[in-house]
Amino acid sequence: MDINHKRNVLLSVLGTMLVLAVVQLAGSHGTEYQIRILNNIAIFIVMAVSYNLINGVTGQFSLAPNAFVALGAYTSALLTLTPAEKEISFIIEPCIWPLSVITTPFLVSLLAAGVVSALLAFVMGFPVFRTRGDYLAIVTLGFGEVVRVIANNTQSITNGPLGLKGIAEHTTLWWSCGAAIVTVFLIGRMVRSSYGMAMKAIKYDEAAAEAVGINTYWHKMLAFTTSGFFQGIGGGLLAHLITTISPTLFTFFLTFNLLIIIVMGGLGSTTGAILGAILFTWGGEWLRFVDEPMNLGFVEIPGIPGMRMVIFSCILIFIMIFARHGIMGTREFNWNWLCRKLGIGGRAR
Amino acid sequence: MSVLSVEHLTMKFGGLVAVNDFHLELEKGEIVGLIGPNGAGKTTVFNMIAGYYVPTEGSIRFQGQPTQGKKANQITKAGIARTFQNIRLFSELSVIENVMIGYHCRLRSTFLGATLKLPLYRREEKMMHEGALKLLAEVGLTDVAHEMSTSLPYGKQRRLEIARALATGPQLLLLDEPAAGMNPNETQDLLQLILRLRKDYDLTVFLIEHDMKFVMEICERIKVLDYGTTIAEGTPHEIQNNPRVIEAYLGEVQCA
Ligand SMILES: Nc1ncnc2c1ncn2[C@@H]1O[C@H](COP(=O)(O)OP(=O)(O)OP(=O)(O)O)[C@@H](O)[C@H]1O
Ligand SMILES: [Mg+2]
Repeated sequence: MDINHKRNVLLSVLGTMLVLAVVQLAGSHGTEYQIRILNNIAIFIVMAVSYNLINGVTGQFSLAPNAFVALGAYTSALLTLTPAEKEISFIIEPCIWPLSVITTPFLVSLLAAGVVSALLAFVMGFPVFRTRGDYLAIVTLGFGEVVRVIANNTQSITNGPLGLKGIAEHTTLWWSCGAAIVTVFLIGRMVRSSYGMAMKAIKYDEAAAEAVGINTYWHKMLAFTTSGFFQGIGGGLLAHLITTISPTLFTFFLTFNLLIIIVMGGLGSTTGAILGAILFTWGGEWLRFVDEPMNLGFVEIPGIPGMRMVIFSCILIFIMIFARHGIMGTREFNWNWLCRKLGIGGRAR
Repeated sequence: MSVLSVEHLTMKFGGLVAVNDFHLELEKGEIVGLIGPNGAGKTTVFNMIAGYYVPTEGSIRFQGQPTQGKKANQITKAGIARTFQNIRLFSELSVIENVMIGYHCRLRSTFLGATLKLPLYRREEKMMHEGALKLLAEVGLTDVAHEMSTSLPYGKQRRLEIARALATGPQLLLLDEPAAGMNPNETQDLLQLILRLRKDYDLTVFLIEHDMKFVMEICERIKVLDYGTTIAEGTPHEIQNNPRVIEAYLGEVQCA
């Protein structure tokens, strides 16, 4: 299809190696703070790229990613905690068997987190995809909240509001960036396959998609389940980065953050989701000063925690009104475009 | 055995009877027209055959099999493809992608196989691409294959929709006002195109059209709907001289 194919594959491999080199450098020379930010970016990329699959690519406005991230975080954390640690943590009610005795390696727990979240997405999909548009948004919003409430109330599984503490800090830069690369690679390929094309068709015109024989219900299920899988993994990485999780972490607020990221990047663009995740995390750090007390010389503003979110919300409103396509629209980065821009070796198609 | 057999088909929207006791037998290879004034219920008949509406009463059999309870996508897979009166292309997909997508429903690769680009998927993707190119050549859109579908002029969009429908591998093609918005030259080309496609792809064609010259020229049989009721049926010659049809159209037929 594309005569520059070989060159592009080579560039992609080189690009990936460059990212890995940066990871290596950051890991050995970066400050703890820088590493923390890079980890956050990578985890947000995993979550945002998969969230974009259902909201942006397939056009089904789900508001439930917090449910899958929560389930992934709890699943993986419960699997890596040792029986002894669980016994200490669960002070109100003991952890139920067999969770109380199982311990698995990090990789296994991460994959389990993905599988369990994917299962939840699959089951949730049955009622969710009987609805469309606004109703779908409301139903998924409800499910997101239900999962959080369940986490809060199943004392013998999640330790309730106390949450889980002392989770091993397994999420190194290699894990988080590795997961981000794998997620982008797999979802990117999927979106470019005819399955991805079918998902886009559903977004643009569902009736026409049915007319060309696309089982729209099933393809929405595929997108939702895949998205749930990677969000679960994102949750697992998050749990093993911050080492303490509790239900308050997985409120609608988390969904809202992811929404800002994918809208900012451009709904429907994987590249946009990546850029959004970077800008959001970076911007969030950079804007930290607005949360702190400020002395403007003539007036003193006391520190208002949460001011950053006000700014992000304003950005979201601004984008929705003036720049609905975000940074990328539905376009994707590709090497042909970059080479053309740089004016090198681009043979025209 | 007829390709399509429709009996006692009735569609009510609340108190409105959009289609009333509609009958139809399509033999293999026929081109049959459905005409009638605006709001007569023509598109509603298509929507029932294609699985978009569940008929209030009546039965539809495609190649002997009842289509009752089947979703629109299953009916497409069974071999009935359609185009829409108000063109419905996938706006942000390119012209060739709009056709390639038609092959997706017959893909044998699994979701995982396609994501991992296993050999079967690579082969199938190549077939989709080549098939789409062939169909685009067939409808004369090769030169715009990589443009955005919505940037095309009306007549080309209509032909693209036909190519997309053909990609699903149909035996029966339902065309809802394929000549709408076309100039006389384009309409003539379309006529030749439909005749050629019928021959090359072994199609049976059922079409709705307001352009009487086109309908009279291409159809072997015509059915006339008025307020949901079939008021006439026959060869173009019979229809043209049918007083009830002339009355329904207020003389439109004679003028055309
Ligand atoms: N989904 C629906 N709900 C309610 N009424 C409908 C629906 N679809 C069609 N109708 C009504 O049924 C009648 C027939 O509509 P239909 O679209 O089949 O007409 P048509 O013959 O295709 O007309 P045109 O030539 O204008 O395309 C109209 O009165 C229309 O308003
Ligand atoms: Mg109509």
